[in-house]
Amino acid sequence: MIKIVKRDQPSRAIFFFTPVLAIFLTLVAGGLIFFILGFKPFEALKFFFIVPIADKYGFSELLLKATPLCLIAIGLSFCFKSNNWNIGAEGQLTFGAIVSGGVALLFYEQEGFYILPIVILAGAIGGMLYASIPAILKTYFNTNEILVSLMLVYVSKLILDYLVVGPWSNPEGFNFPETRQFSDSAKLPLLFEGLRIHAGIFLALAAVVISWFVFYKTYLGFQMKVSGFSLKTAKYAGYKGKKMIILVFLISGACAGLAGVGEITGPIGQLHREISPDYGFTAIIVAFLGRLHPVGIIFASLVVAITYLGAETAQIFMQIPKYTGQVFQGMILFFLLASDYLLFFKIKFIGSKK
Amino acid sequence: MHKFLIRSFVSSLVLIFTLTVAAVAKDVKAAFVYIGPTGDHGWTYQHDVGRKAVEAAGFKTTYVEGVPESADAERVLRQLANSGHDVIFTTSFGYMNPTNKVAKEFPNVKFEHATGYKREHPNVSTYAARFYEGRTILGTIAGTMTKSNVIGYVASFPIPEVIRGINSFTLAAQKVNPNIKTKIVWAFTWYDPGKEAEAAKALIDQGADVIAQHTDSTAIVQMAEKAGVYAFGQASDMDKFAPKAVLTSVENNWGPYYVDRVKAVANGTWNQKDTWHGIGDGMVVISDLDSQMPADLRSKVKKLQADLASGKVHSFTGPIYDQKGNLMVAEGKTADDGMLAGMMTYVKGVEGDIPK
Repeated sequence: MIKIVKRDQPSRAIFFFTPVLAIFLTLVAGGLIFFILGFKPFEALKFFFIVPIADKYGFSELLLKATPLCLIAIGLSFCFKSNNWNIGAEGQLTFGAIVSGGVALLFYEQEGFYILPIVILAGAIGGMLYASIPAILKTYFNTNEILVSLMLVYVSKLILDYLVVGPWSNPEGFNFPETRQFSDSAKLPLLFEGLRIHAGIFLALAAVVISWFVFYKTYLGFQMKVSGFSLKTAKYAGYKGKKMIILVFLISGACAGLAGVGEITGPIGQLHREISPDYGFTAIIVAFLGRLHPVGIIFASLVVAITYLGAETAQIFMQIPKYTGQVFQGMILFFLLASDYLLFFKIKFIGSKK
Repeated sequence: MHKFLIRSFVSSLVLIFTLTVAAVAKDVKAAFVYIGPTGDHGWTYQHDVGRKAVEAAGFKTTYVEGVPESADAERVLRQLANSGHDVIFTTSFGYMNPTNKVAKEFPNVKFEHATGYKREHPNVSTYAARFYEGRTILGTIAGTMTKSNVIGYVASFPIPEVIRGINSFTLAAQKVNPNIKTKIVWAFTWYDPGKEAEAAKALIDQGADVIAQHTDSTAIVQMAEKAGVYAFGQASDMDKFAPKAVLTSVENNWGPYYVDRVKAVANGTWNQKDTWHGIGDGMVVISDLDSQMPADLRSKVKKLQADLASGKVHSFTGPIYDQKGNLMVAEGKTADDGMLAGMMTYVKGVEGDIPK
């Protein structure tokens, strides 16, 4: 007989085990879906998860894809750890890209070592400005940050639309919705000849190190943790809640803004309507799959990045619909949430009595 | 005996045909990159119909759907070029820069970019359709069928392609009915059934009894069906989605061009070019005309179609005035392709301003 028993305390081991379990269950369920669709499950999984990163180029593309996901997820972990539900990283990414792209366009056809740092900084500031809206509304007007940050995503995309269709569109571009190409001085340097992986990866790695330090070595990290467990306790301890809320939103916005900078000054090299395939939303999955832990987030961003690449390879070589990539992302989150049940409950097998 | 002869003749013809096809098909592999899902019944769907025509001609094809115009497009293109594809069709404007970038790295692979203008390397061609010719037909029908003299038009983005369509449509409608007004709603999307339906609803509420669209979903014709007004299918024959509302559709017919270009690659005769085909070359096709239209209108449309095909009639024949009354095209002249490619002003009779 099977019995479900509540745990006295959430299990620490299970806490880090469930993401692995979720990935495993996703692979099993994915294989099953491939089988039902009439594809050979193991071959399909091979094309999905191994073939795309089997060579140097593929591996560099994996890192390229994981960079914005990791960066945004690290930022989000500041918010999520302290009970602030910033769902609008996609908007902060977009607005960061707008500000940094605008600065890059100001330096059109100019060269100089100082241009790139200004462009990068502009992106971080843009993301922070945009993230400060839900933060200020939450702290001073008690609005719901989930709704505000989410709605602002659509606003940012409309602003981007307006700019690339209208005032910022390429004067030589027949009114198509895109800006001019940025000058080389406004673009992130490539790390290897012939590969697209760029210096933005160092921004992501720096964010990982800094976040680890803040989470585990500083008073602020402790405050965030306490607020995350219990807002009442935090209040009782006399923490300045408002300041912290604004700070975590600013950090989160800066990271998302930098991810936007990485895209437009890296592989894209201009502003147009579609600069991110919803990295800001996918990074929410990454943050939770990584258990809001900096190292966990690195692994999680690589796992989720490969679902993008795998979906393309699987369609090219096996004619599997590309949208299965999104199914995989959804399944990972679903199984993670489902297996979190094991954190609080355990399954007991009891011999049946006669 | 006769029958036997004919039969063996036919079967040998079929045999020869199959052999040639097989010989050609041996090597060349074509790839298609789509912006949307193949089931959108609009833009991507029609490109996929074209791809199937290439398959039917005996060539192997691959496609990747839902490729965003973000940094991902370049990777997909490079993967296709790297995996034995000889010609790659990139079917959305936003693939223009990645297409040229990857083309530089793979000089032996041919690239065909739809609706763009950059051909930076000798292995890049561009192609587009003169959809505005189809809109001349739609305008003629709309101007005749409207009772309220208000025609609604759901537009996507203020780019020359779309402005040209609005103008061509309005000029044709004015020709048959000088009192008509074209009201525009900008949906700022190519494909979003929810937004498109809303836009159509807004136009119907403002008294439009014929709705034209330059967005890709079937939501508008379905909304028109519900409201009891007329509409036109976009990209594919949308009659089955709204049998009462749809008077006809302008179909994008890419198949002949695709087959032609893939064959050229196979024969080694492929060369760089910029193709802009209309009704005459069969890239723009007018679907069956609905029987709700009076017989004389139908025969008039048939004739107009033939005249557009032969070049006897041009969609932009002067005198054409802009909204302020300035002359755009003088009497007896027609707009040249340069003017059409950069068209960013409304003609007289269109209401509102182009969003800036």
